[in-house]
Amino acid sequence: MNGTTGNGIAIDVKGLTKSFGGREVVHDLSMQVKRGSIYGFLGPNGSGKTTTIRILCGLLTPDSGEGTCLGYDIRRDAEKIKRQVGYMTQRFSLYQDLSVRENLEFVARLYGLRDARGAARDMIERLGLSGREEQLAGELSGGWKQRLALGACTLPNPKLLLLDEPTAGVDPKARRDFWNEIHALAADGLTVLVSTHYMDEAERCHEIAYIAYGHLLAHGTVEEVIAKSALTTYTVTGEDLNGLAAELPGKPGVDMVAPFGTSLHVSGRDVAALEASIAPWRDKSGLHWQKSSPSLEDVFIELMGRSRDNFQ
Amino acid sequence: MSTVVDHTPEREISERFGFLRRSYAMLVKEFIQLKRDRVSFAMIVMLPVMQLMLFGYAINTTPHNLPSAVLLQEDSDLARSVLKALENTAYFRFIYEVHDVDDFDNLLKSGKVLFGVEIPRGFERAVRRGDRPALLVAADATDPVAASSALGSLGTIVQTALKHDLYIGNPPEMPFEIRAHARYNPAAVSSLNIVPGLVGTILTMTMLIFTALSVTREVERGTMESLLSMPIKPVEVMFGKIIPYVLVGFVQAFLIIGIGVGLFGVPVLGNLFLLALLSTLFITTNLSIGYTISTVVQNQLQAMQMSMMFFLPSILLSGFMFPFAGMPAWAQYVGECLPLTHYLRIVRAIMLKGATMQNMRFDALALAALMLVAMIIAVTRFRRTLD
Repeated sequence: MNGTTGNGIAIDVKGLTKSFGGREVVHDLSMQVKRGSIYGFLGPNGSGKTTTIRILCGLLTPDSGEGTCLGYDIRRDAEKIKRQVGYMTQRFSLYQDLSVRENLEFVARLYGLRDARGAARDMIERLGLSGREEQLAGELSGGWKQRLALGACTLPNPKLLLLDEPTAGVDPKARRDFWNEIHALAADGLTVLVSTHYMDEAERCHEIAYIAYGHLLAHGTVEEVIAKSALTTYTVTGEDLNGLAAELPGKPGVDMVAPFGTSLHVSGRDVAALEASIAPWRDKSGLHWQKSSPSLEDVFIELMGRSRDNFQ
Repeated sequence: MSTVVDHTPEREISERFGFLRRSYAMLVKEFIQLKRDRVSFAMIVMLPVMQLMLFGYAINTTPHNLPSAVLLQEDSDLARSVLKALENTAYFRFIYEVHDVDDFDNLLKSGKVLFGVEIPRGFERAVRRGDRPALLVAADATDPVAASSALGSLGTIVQTALKHDLYIGNPPEMPFEIRAHARYNPAAVSSLNIVPGLVGTILTMTMLIFTALSVTREVERGTMESLLSMPIKPVEVMFGKIIPYVLVGFVQAFLIIGIGVGLFGVPVLGNLFLLALLSTLFITTNLSIGYTISTVVQNQLQAMQMSMMFFLPSILLSGFMFPFAGMPAWAQYVGECLPLTHYLRIVRAIMLKGATMQNMRFDALALAALMLVAMIIAVTRFRRTLD
């Protein structure tokens, strides 16, 4: 009854499509997530990340497409999937008018844990919430709410965690702690699918997928995604970068111009055209040009720009 | 800090009694939430008490000083002493004395008086001869409660009042006949009908609203998404949400009946246990209907409106406001589909007539059927996904 597939794949879906009111939110999406890996789900707002996650845990039925989650069919076995999946919603969805302890006991009872009180007590201790167990969940700070939500998800020992933007609005320290926890959970064999907007978080994932306007545009390890983008990036430092940033966009071969603090990233897929376009500024005094490998953010911003042209 | 991982001990998961465990989880959660919601908690007690007081005293069962007119066609000592006796009951206050039938009729019709007493010509002489003449008492029964209680006690009151009247002596029976005429509303509703009726009406209102909000509240607070992602079935959610309020309803019913007996002197002639049992059935039926409403509507405002849509016909067509038998056939058919109709029959029959389960089995079955229908609709309407 543990739905293990022989090949060590936790999520395996093909051709998922979902529309709301005639608008296609997820289009022909296929993906595979290895067991015990942390899979990052990236993409702009409204790109279909939440919808995909909801399809995976049986909260939405896809219009077409098929696949398995933990070896169970996502269409037929939603109830079995729910037993082994912990889903952390984007919006805090525990009961605000229940205390920390009561919320955890509720979850423990729903999943049929034999000793619900004991399980809740242990989790409170592990979350570092001792002394706050009688505090109402709604009165906790953002970081604590998020810890509690993760605790509630992991309480029934799930095999797969689906985390929908778990760190939105959480301070950097709490975010780092959160990611340490996720890595530790994955080390224990848990598969984690996590959606995020943060690049530093994406780089902490074993694999990532980039989704925009319902289309899966890139996936693989961070290095693979960067390599596959075939993007050439020049980092420019020096004076009057603002003027340069205003003039370069639109020139042949220049796909993206993005300021990064005191430097400017100029990227393009067609190296020859890019170099021809930037030639007039290459030797300008006061500007220092350096060819570098693109960052993940460069790749995503470029992908996002491209997808907007293609799908809108 | 990263402590979540330190040897998460594998807690044993039990597959047995899953249904009961999950329903229980939901039930405990609902109870805690109810306990925390101070306003709702206060409503549970305040609502029935306040309503019973307002309804109960507004429809005062012992009206006093009802404006009355007398059509005096004979000015005799006996006529005077009868009027005096009537006035002494404190029911009537004679503000008009007329000598013409048309004036008499108009006073009643215009609503200037609620009662009219007609003492016919030759009244005293007829009494002395032992002819038992008729004393006509006409009542404006558009206010049936006032009319019927005054009319009902008329005979004995007048007789008692006249007992010591030396003029007549102490006759073995009434020396004259009182002919009561309830005008405009011949089927006057008795006042005792109303307090038991209030039990049903108040329960309908409070129970309906409690559960009508229950599912929409989860949706609006965003907790539904998380709840749906957990392995709980629609039936389990429903039982978890209904059962705490069965207890709440029971407390309310107890309060209302207690006040009814204590303050309004309504008797409970039948079996109290049977009353409690059938009240519980009625409470559960209303909760199921409220819960069904909450699975149909989109938000809490709609839930309130839909509850009102159900509540109004319940009041109007159940026999609470108007005598059921007096309604047109279509209204009676609608009425039969309302739980309140059946419960009113049950509660009135048990409290006032001492009815047994044998007498009430049709209405009890109807309640159970309505409850089942509501539950089936609710469970099938409950959306297990966010589609």
